[in-house]
Amino acid sequence: MKNTPTLELCGISKAYANGRQVLSDLSYTLAAGEYVAIMGESGVGKSTLLNLIAGLDVPDAGEIWVDGVELSARDDDAATSLRRRHFGFIFQAFHVLPHLTLLQNVALPLLLNHLPLDRAKQMLSAVGLQGREQDFPRQLSGGELQRVAIARALVHRPRLILADEPTGNLDPDTAQEILQLMRAEIKANDAAGIIVTHSQAAAATADSILLLTKAGLHPLNPARSHVS
Amino acid sequence: MYRNLLSRWLLQGEWQAHRLQIVAALIAIALGIAMGFSIHLINTAAVNEFSAAVKSLSGQSDLQVRATQPTFDEMLYPLLAQHEGVAIASPVLEIQVAVPAKLEDDRNNTLKILGIDVYRAITITPDLVGVPEEGRAFDMLSDDAIFLSPAAMEWLEAKQGDRLPLRLGTKTVTLRVAGGLVRAHAGQRIAVMDIGAAQWHFDHIGVLSRIDLKLKQGIHHRGFKAALEKELPAQYLVTETIDQERRVHNMSRAYRINLNVLALVALFTGAFLVFSTQVLSTLRRRPQFALLRVLGLTRNQILLQILRESSLLGILGSLLGLGLGYALAATALHIYGGDLGGGFFSEIKPSIQLSPLAAVLFLVLGIGVTLLGSLLPAWEAARAHPAPALKSGSEEIALTKLQTPWPALICLLLAVILTQLPPVAELPFFGYFAVALLLIGGIAWMPSLTALLFSGLFRVFNRLTAGALTTLALARLANAPQQAAIALGGVLVSFCLMVAMAIMVASFRISVEDWLAHILPADIYVRTEVRQDALGFTPQEQQVIAATTGIERIDFIRSLQITLDPTRPTVTLIARPIDKTDPGNTLPMTDTALNSAEIPPEAIPIWVSEAMVDLYDYRVGKRVALPLSEVQQDYIVAGVWRDYGRQFGAIQMQLSDYQKVTSELQVNEAALWLQDGVTPEQVMAALKVLPFGDTLTFWQPNEIRAISLKIFDRSFAVTYLLELIAVGVGLLGVAASFSAQALRRVKEFGMLRHIGVTRGQIYRMLALEGGLLTGFGITIGFLLGGGISLILIFIVNPQSFHWTMQLHVPWQWLIIMALAMLMAAALTALLAGRHAVAGNVIRAVKEDW
Ligand SMILES: Nc1ncnc2c1ncn2[C@@H]1O[C@H](COP(=O)(O)OP(=O)(O)OP(=O)(O)O)[C@@H](O)[C@H]1O
Ligand SMILES: [Mg+2]
Repeated sequence: MKNTPTLELCGISKAYANGRQVLSDLSYTLAAGEYVAIMGESGVGKSTLLNLIAGLDVPDAGEIWVDGVELSARDDDAATSLRRRHFGFIFQAFHVLPHLTLLQNVALPLLLNHLPLDRAKQMLSAVGLQGREQDFPRQLSGGELQRVAIARALVHRPRLILADEPTGNLDPDTAQEILQLMRAEIKANDAAGIIVTHSQAAAATADSILLLTKAGLHPLNPARSHVS
Repeated sequence: MYRNLLSRWLLQGEWQAHRLQIVAALIAIALGIAMGFSIHLINTAAVNEFSAAVKSLSGQSDLQVRATQPTFDEMLYPLLAQHEGVAIASPVLEIQVAVPAKLEDDRNNTLKILGIDVYRAITITPDLVGVPEEGRAFDMLSDDAIFLSPAAMEWLEAKQGDRLPLRLGTKTVTLRVAGGLVRAHAGQRIAVMDIGAAQWHFDHIGVLSRIDLKLKQGIHHRGFKAALEKELPAQYLVTETIDQERRVHNMSRAYRINLNVLALVALFTGAFLVFSTQVLSTLRRRPQFALLRVLGLTRNQILLQILRESSLLGILGSLLGLGLGYALAATALHIYGGDLGGGFFSEIKPSIQLSPLAAVLFLVLGIGVTLLGSLLPAWEAARAHPAPALKSGSEEIALTKLQTPWPALICLLLAVILTQLPPVAELPFFGYFAVALLLIGGIAWMPSLTALLFSGLFRVFNRLTAGALTTLALARLANAPQQAAIALGGVLVSFCLMVAMAIMVASFRISVEDWLAHILPADIYVRTEVRQDALGFTPQEQQVIAATTGIERIDFIRSLQITLDPTRPTVTLIARPIDKTDPGNTLPMTDTALNSAEIPPEAIPIWVSEAMVDLYDYRVGKRVALPLSEVQQDYIVAGVWRDYGRQFGAIQMQLSDYQKVTSELQVNEAALWLQDGVTPEQVMAALKVLPFGDTLTFWQPNEIRAISLKIFDRSFAVTYLLELIAVGVGLLGVAASFSAQALRRVKEFGMLRHIGVTRGQIYRMLALEGGLLTGFGITIGFLLGGGISLILIFIVNPQSFHWTMQLHVPWQWLIIMALAMLMAAALTALLAGRHAVAGNVIRAVKEDW
């Protein structure tokens, strides 16, 4: 399927093993090519929601449809290859492999998708880490690590990008630069994106802003009026 | 190509970052394989050599005729030579003689001489025919010529033309070395001479040891054997070469099996260490695997990657182990000989033969165990949901499955049931199985036990508001009990095996010492020769000895080897004065015996060792026949005594009974009790001036005790070696698991340092954790090891060696070992922690995993 995957959430609920109900009966549809920002107070369940969409965790109730197929209907290998080919992730806690060089870390998705590896170096330069290809993650600052994670998420031109606080560790200037890069990549590839953030400025780079509360996902419009 | 590249990146990254742990795992695998392989090599070398030597001695013969006693009347020879169906009969006389030049060596001082008839032997046993000097062909028949095998030449440092003094009983004969036995088996120490000369020189006139038969073509061996057995009187045995091999096999089987099991135990320790390091390292990488899953690696790809890494580890470790094992075996054979000091194969000097099949087998075993160790956690890591697994600290969830104690308890229960089962094919299979189950059950029970203990302690200490450090250490142990339990496994297994072996060896040694004190009551023992078959003092000589001044009491002893079953090793018969009213005064009796009133007048009482009961069913009160005379005579088993000296069985009887039945009056040993105030030196000096004085050897019980214990200690050298290796492996395990844990906790330490905990405090916390954990492991290991030693002492040993012993626990040694282990563990925990704490604190906090 060449088209951007459509994403549909129907009545999602999730509670953790300790009995804490995080999401309940949440529904939302993400149109093709849409780039949205999700905001909400800490602990409300934003990261949990992203994990569910990505198929990294399973909901207690409800359905998640990607490309017209329900997630739980795919077997693990099918879900994995969907993730490998079409999804890009940026985590709140970076998550890079500590024993691989930066170049190797960024090249991972290319390697897994049998794509030419040259783009890994380009992406590293694009996030401002040219010349540090052979460094290891332990030699980097928090903001630099986040940039590696962003380069890795975009390198294989995924069709859906899920970003959890991608710029939380960056200074405002760099953050804007990276966010513009993200937006450009998403639009250039005709991809969709969900970015979770606490920053108004970051949210403003998206097409629209959603607010996650205990009651569910609601549009927060117009974004710009809040800034002023 | 892409997939291989990724796989290589991951492998390189991991191995470069954790060099120490990889090396520790390699050493663990290598040690385990090395121990198993070296003991296997030693065993096969010894047994191969021994059976090859037996074969070359019996040569091309089809059948051999022997008697139940060492020798028989040579009148049988013409009968067999002219027997229908026999092509050639070759008479052989086998004599063990002492070599005076070698007497200072208590174990290795005899030479086996084969007397042969050259004209017959040349067709049946050509390997045994000597090669005389050129132009002196008649030396083959000369009555003062002896031919030595290369090994014997080397041992005696003799060359052609030398004169060689040899001694049998009180008589010394000097023979001329006329040549060699070029085709004798390598390492085999024998001599050959003309049979007539041998009979004459060594007082064996008119007797033979065996007759080798070559049958005419077309004669059926089995049928001929059966017919001949019927035809000959009962004291003759007709054996095929196969019987001989079985006998050799039987003789060393129990010993070899025990060694093999020890090797397996060592292998198990190694395997467990590999297993626990693999589990911990896979757990540590759980978040990384989760990330790879997020990025699109399928479950199978993750599983394959982990297995690929561990099989590489397995191959490298096992290859290293094979090399190490070979070196170890070569060294052990060089130092101790083929039986590692057990005393079974002292006539031969084996060399290692490397069989490719065995090497491949051990290689596969090593790789298999390594793979198994990572398979379980790899499977778990591949199946986990990526999102929860990404969070650090998620490993504990993965391990909660280990908390159910039931499988462990079932293992332990099964072990107890198995101890009640009898041996199979004379081997304690169920006993060994019970030992394995006890170990596995103990290890499997650890996680739930650890959780129980430390969370209990944590609660108690919390209420007592203990110091922050104690609370931190306990909190860690209470909340991550499964990892603690896995780390504990290495300590537990090695300490447990150490305890088991130490208790068994101590019990055995002390039982042997008691036994020696009991069976050697006299002050001095006098012998003419070390080997027991030899005829010793004539009645005249006995009188002369008894008349020596200073002697209060004297017992003469006649001992010889008899064959009760041709497929089993010979049984030792000892005839000596035995206290009629209470045999317990003379023998270390085990249980109830018949009193003199219960012995019927027509039967001769005998007292048998425990092995006789197990092997030949000689129960108290049973009527049996012994091959001592041609006349029919009934013997009755009057009691059972404990014998650590002869595991193939021994029988004691009154010397007077023996002399009545056999009319043989010579004895080979005298036990002397001295009058008050007389020193052993005085009596020995008096005996030395007798006409045959220079042929006597004297033994004082203290010396005998020392020599016996020396032989005993030597045969347990292997056990001690394994014990040491087990300790090493255990400490390696402690080091590996603590350093793995410390590495995983870099972040935690960094955080603690940030909130103001000093380095010293962290060190103390680590030492406390290590000490608490090891202390617990040692306690459980002690209990388990005690259980295993009970099985070894009361099940395995009686079933495989046919002797019982009393339990002795070497507390001192065990406490020292426990303390050493505790200190070593606390120290390792500290050292491992130092590495982690010394790192960059800022970086530590930043790094997610
Ligand atoms: N594994 C877990 N077990 C139990 N509770 C959890 C687990 N993971 C998250 N939670 C809880 O679920 C809630 C939602 O967590 P989540 O990480 O989705 O929050 P968030 O909206 O991303 O917050 P933040 O903006 O701080 O990142 C939180 O209250 C958290 O405590
Ligand atoms: Mg979050």
